[in-house]
Amino acid sequence: MPELQLREPLIFELSKPGRQAGTQFPPRVAGSADIPAHLRRASPPMLPEVSELQAVRHFTRLSQMNFSIDTHFYPLGSCTMKYNPKACNTFAMLPEFLGRHPLGPEPQGFLACMYELQEMLQEITGMRGVSLTPMAGAQGEFAGVAMIRAYHRARNDMARNEIIVPQAAHGTNPATAAMCGCIVKEIPCDENGDVDIDALKAAVSPATAAIMLTNPSTLGVFEYKITEVARIVHEAGGLLYYDGANLNAILGKVRPGDMGFDVIHMNLHKTFSTPHGGGGPGSGAVGVGARLLPFLPIPVVGKDGARFRWLAERDLPQSIGRLSGFMGNSGVNLRAYIYMRLLGREGMVRVAEFAALNANYLMKRLQAAGFEAAYPARRASHEFIITLKRENRLYQVTAMDVAKRLLDYGFHAPTTYFPLLVPECLLIEPTETEAKEDLDRFCDAMIAIRREMEQDPEKLSSAPHTMPVRRLDDVRAAKQLDLAWKPAA
Amino acid sequence: MAFIPHTPDDIARMLEVIGVRSIDDLFDEIPGELRAGVLGVPPALSEMEVGRLLADRAASDGRPLNFIGAGAYEHHIPAPVWAIATRGEFYSAYTPYQAEASQGTLQLIYEYQSMICALTGMEASNASLYDGASALAEACLMAVRANRAASSRRILLPRAVNPTYAQVAKSIAGNQGIVFEAVDFDRAAGRTLLESLQPYSGQDVTALVIQQPNFFGSLEEIDALTDWAHENKILLIAVVNPISLALLKAPGQWGTRTGGMQGADIVCGEGQPLGVPLAGGGPYFGFMATRMQYVRQMPGRIVGRTLDTEGRPGFSLTLQAREQHIRRSKATSNICTNQGLMVTAATIYMSLLGAAGLERVAAASLQRTADLVAALSRVPGVRPAFTAPRFHEAVLLLDRPVAPVLGALARSGIFGGLDLADRYPELGHALLVCATETKLEADIDAYSGALADVMNPSRAAA
Repeated sequence: MPELQLREPLIFELSKPGRQAGTQFPPRVAGSADIPAHLRRASPPMLPEVSELQAVRHFTRLSQMNFSIDTHFYPLGSCTMKYNPKACNTFAMLPEFLGRHPLGPEPQGFLACMYELQEMLQEITGMRGVSLTPMAGAQGEFAGVAMIRAYHRARNDMARNEIIVPQAAHGTNPATAAMCGCIVKEIPCDENGDVDIDALKAAVSPATAAIMLTNPSTLGVFEYKITEVARIVHEAGGLLYYDGANLNAILGKVRPGDMGFDVIHMNLHKTFSTPHGGGGPGSGAVGVGARLLPFLPIPVVGKDGARFRWLAERDLPQSIGRLSGFMGNSGVNLRAYIYMRLLGREGMVRVAEFAALNANYLMKRLQAAGFEAAYPARRASHEFIITLKRENRLYQVTAMDVAKRLLDYGFHAPTTYFPLLVPECLLIEPTETEAKEDLDRFCDAMIAIRREMEQDPEKLSSAPHTMPVRRLDDVRAAKQLDLAWKPAA
Repeated sequence: MAFIPHTPDDIARMLEVIGVRSIDDLFDEIPGELRAGVLGVPPALSEMEVGRLLADRAASDGRPLNFIGAGAYEHHIPAPVWAIATRGEFYSAYTPYQAEASQGTLQLIYEYQSMICALTGMEASNASLYDGASALAEACLMAVRANRAASSRRILLPRAVNPTYAQVAKSIAGNQGIVFEAVDFDRAAGRTLLESLQPYSGQDVTALVIQQPNFFGSLEEIDALTDWAHENKILLIAVVNPISLALLKAPGQWGTRTGGMQGADIVCGEGQPLGVPLAGGGPYFGFMATRMQYVRQMPGRIVGRTLDTEGRPGFSLTLQAREQHIRRSKATSNICTNQGLMVTAATIYMSLLGAAGLERVAAASLQRTADLVAALSRVPGVRPAFTAPRFHEAVLLLDRPVAPVLGALARSGIFGGLDLADRYPELGHALLVCATETKLEADIDAYSGALADVMNPSRAAA
């Protein structure tokens, strides 16, 4: 493999006093407007001084130090790294959309898109209402739990303060419950990866506000007993929260509303292919059943006759309120809308079908190559877990070693060490947009890495070998905090 | 099939490996009675058809001449900013958990953090939050964790702070027992009244929020407010506009050293002015910075510079023990993703402008707003509401209700500002206007001419 040692200095190290990208400076405006001296800045901020080309080359070179969907197979479990169609970005960046101030008169063209997006999401999830306001999955979760809390309080059912969360849940679920002032009760999963029904029955009480579930679960399997779970929680007076992290697996196949869920958040940046952008922006639209309709976060797009308008405080007086300065991540929502129009009715069902086909194919091939699936008796959903506990025992290699070695083979690593309850695990989600040949190449790499484990395990423990850096000292990073550049003294 | 690469032969071979007859068999664990029927969504469109649909809808929204600010500001965005930010390597990458395969994004965030520290005069910045409003909510929650001297969870929130930020802070932080107390503003000057803080002197209060410039565009007397807070062991949360910081005192330098530490304790704000388009309200990004002593209480991703096994510098996510995927219900926040792509744009923007360019943008915005206020105040029935010095926004008082005036202006393609009737009914017929460097003399003339016509129709006829 060629040694690629791409390095790039900090932009501050390219800087030279007096250099500038002058074309980007606005013309000076004559006049006497000024800031009183005691409110003025004392010295200019230490920002880089570079030419336009230097900036363009620097950031282009930085981009080349990233793995991305556009450049690499990216089977990062639970993250749904599928192709982000270029059309979604191109059309969302039409100048009229980009130039629009959010507090101007209501833009009918844009709102028509948002209204239709709400309607489509409602239909796909089997819900009665949708708000596009939450700006990420975690904020959608927050909105969901806050609505549940508001619902119980509106009924004067003040004691309901407990959120039941299965062990396998995303870390955001307990963190969200805590942010909403609720108490978290974790319950175990059984050996097939399903919710332990006896534990659930023991956990519900008059203090139960809700259960938060991901289905298919983070273990990559469909919760068979969902109807029973729904019955137990509803009979106890609690509500069901659907974490939409894995919606890609069931799109058009089964609807959360039909499973008995009262509220759902969707990660539009996963299922509806808006970009992950190196860590956001996402969008965490929420959908609700009839009971939670009055509590939706505002604003929501409504329609009076032929005219679209934002529904706000006056229309939804019981709303949990505003979560963003304006209307959420509008531009992200627009990308999701475009994606859904490109897929259409048939395309959406195919998302789940081919996500499942790719996941099950990859699982079978890796099993045939000697890797151990965590739940071999189950179908993979859109993702599955490989556990390396045997390899760890035999060759002292870890899931992290395999993940890092995969980078050398040109594949982004799967999710490692999540869910926490499977030892030495890789959570692998190929998504529907990958071709069979790419899945086969990934299998070939895993087979080659398996051979290295037996013959040259040091190759793994010291991987990666071809990235811009070797493994980084995270302990040093946390102990000797270096969070901002400072000029050399 | 849209975005599905499989040929019939691929499908057949894959099903054979799996050992099932059809794709539908892969869903046999879902109980039959739960299976969905045909979805009630429209059939697929080609890219050409979707392009036509979106272009038509965009065209119907038009491209008005905009004088609204109120938390989202129209600035020139250099061509390289989005040409680079939309490169697939940035656009389609995930959160940089695999540091070795994400050095580009990580180094960029480190550079971003450095620039935010430079602008705000603080020691540590996170990698961004969702937007300015939610950043204030997180800052309030952070202040409760950081201020060990207070146990009241009481936060003083001046009415001159963006009222939507106040609403969002209440929606998000209110569930954790935080109580917000309103602080009044000086009706003549349009800035927070120091006297209205006096009742809280010596009391158990967690934090005071100060927005500079405030929602009215007025400049607050930040030194006196900061000193008052610190004398009373109250943390100061500064909400600032990043462009204004090219001209205005950095929050790290607010106040004097007497009675506590100099400077704001937590700084946050809306990052949108730094190269992010208005785009109907988002996506934007929130920024946040603090003192090193509070860094472990700060929410969100943080990137650190460290060394690799060969002793070479590299970058990784650090202080992850604060975060939800490790701490679960004990995390500082449930936040995972931030607004990475917006931060990418902002970092490129700040690099292209530098301190001199940002100062030029800020100075031009200051002057254009002064020109706008002067021009509009020459229209009979219009006058400035407040006397305090301002940055790039101002409140005007009209002699009649604002909404019909704005409606008439909009029909001639001008967004004339924000009607404050709902937010501040006590101000009367108040209109918040903004002009940045993007508004040229001709634009200001067009607005003042149109306003004169609307306010005085006989002039238009003449």
